[in-house]
Amino acid sequence: MSPQNKAIGNIDQKIINMEKIVSRHFGQENSHRLTHYLKDKGYEAARKALTQMTGPQVIDEVKRSNLRGLGGAGFPTGTKWSFIPQANPKPKYLVINGDEGEPGTFKDKYILEQDPHALLEGIIITCYAIGSHKAYIYIRGEYIKSLEIVQGAVDEAYKGKYLGKGIMGTGFDIDVVVHPGAGAYICGEETALLESLEGKKGFPRLKPPFPAVVGLFGCPTVINNVETIACVPPIINKGAEWFAKLGSEKNGGNRLFCVSGHVAKPGVYELPHGTTLREIIYDHAGGILNGRKLKAVIPGGISAPVLTPDQIDVKMDFDSLKSIGSMAGSGGIIVMDDTTDMVWAAMITARFFADESCGQCSPCREGSGWVYRNVKRLYHGHARPHDLNNLPGIVNNIGGNTICAFGDAVSMSVGSYVSKFRSEFEAKIKERVCQI
Amino acid sequence: MPLLHCVQEKEGLIAPETEKNIAEYLEIPVVHVHEVVSFYHLFHQKKIGKCHFSVCQTTACALRGAEEVIDHIEQRLNIKPGETTPDGKFSLSVVECLGACELAPMMQCNKEYKGFLDKKKIDELIEKNS
Repeated sequence: MSPQNKAIGNIDQKIINMEKIVSRHFGQENSHRLTHYLKDKGYEAARKALTQMTGPQVIDEVKRSNLRGLGGAGFPTGTKWSFIPQANPKPKYLVINGDEGEPGTFKDKYILEQDPHALLEGIIITCYAIGSHKAYIYIRGEYIKSLEIVQGAVDEAYKGKYLGKGIMGTGFDIDVVVHPGAGAYICGEETALLESLEGKKGFPRLKPPFPAVVGLFGCPTVINNVETIACVPPIINKGAEWFAKLGSEKNGGNRLFCVSGHVAKPGVYELPHGTTLREIIYDHAGGILNGRKLKAVIPGGISAPVLTPDQIDVKMDFDSLKSIGSMAGSGGIIVMDDTTDMVWAAMITARFFADESCGQCSPCREGSGWVYRNVKRLYHGHARPHDLNNLPGIVNNIGGNTICAFGDAVSMSVGSYVSKFRSEFEAKIKERVCQI
Repeated sequence: MPLLHCVQEKEGLIAPETEKNIAEYLEIPVVHVHEVVSFYHLFHQKKIGKCHFSVCQTTACALRGAEEVIDHIEQRLNIKPGETTPDGKFSLSVVECLGACELAPMMQCNKEYKGFLDKKKIDELIEKNS
């Protein structure tokens, strides 16, 4: 059994009474094959949508299910689909975001490798709903195994007439293209991803116009995360009310939480949105490594502001985390124990952003490097007297002044280390200050 | 980009001469090819070793000992990140999150992900590829 499967095995015992949706096939032998998928009502939701429902009915069903974008933004999925202008004569596209670059996040990899047909079925239903006949699956270039498995699933689906012309005996045509990325965090940003798909470097676009109107190749486009689309077939099969009931208010269904860092059992855990962070860390992920104490936790990928131990009773849905000044983001939970130097952790975070800034907007291009150099000096004890006081000003001037949300991420994440663990930064200065 | 992946798979890198040929083939300016090649981390402009270690250095891996992993590889192979051994067998890169934080500390070794790295596992990988 691979380490991944072991982690999945952990949840089997822990949440035996909870219903699994997206991860229901994880860990099963040959779960990526069409024959395996067909055994468990595979492609029946697509057949139901295509033969018994109209496009607007599908959109309405998804709206009522309270499914929200699980890539990080949490935008209501059905609402996003309804923005596609049906009167526009141009072709419409569906783009699946499988770039998964947010540090701490690795859930989409499991769907791509262990249940690719769930994604393909979701794609068929979504394309039908928005009137599209072509979908692109953009997968980060490092996920070589995922790329091979998804391409294999697409080939199988074409052979079985689940993709192509007149699928499943209906008059609906659909083509799916698998596209590899090439190692750029920014391409997870939806408009940068479109640029990348068009063969360019991944520079985010100014919005408006929004992709729903001017997207891929200038045509109306819906961009959704892998996990979001994998949730669509069960919604069509079992109904919007069932899905909405699983989650908390305004957050339908379950979510794949990725737990890593200083925990005993790192892995992917499918749990309802309303689960608290404490339950995820202690009940599901086995608690802190070697029985040590919790010091800090990032709740939704590296961009999310860090939380302190007194905040972990928060429910892990989009609205609850927002209300305490952080965000649910991509569901990547990174746990830090009491041996972690928070100035060091801030430096690692700042280095990530400095490395991955695409360089389009000057506040982010210059600012992210400036923040990194500043925190690095603080960590190594070479700080200048004003370094710490300057830091909040620098990060605040990046956030809100850039084309995409990357700038806000630098600002929120690094800013949160300084505001919540300021005493550690001050201690570094007291240790040694460079008087230049 | 699929074309660049294809060329790199065959030639191991994308040299300036290749950029020119691709530009001619696609009937676009060379600079457009070059800006794409230089923007994405996975396109190599220099020849890399037969065995390419890309070690993740981002938060989850850093918390579980990525620095020790990098130090150990540096010592064993006597190269720094971004360098290749003189015999062309190994290259070392230090990269940002590879999306496998549950395996931390981890790295990509050519096409495969290797997780829960320790000195023993690294030594074995080096022996295997020497």
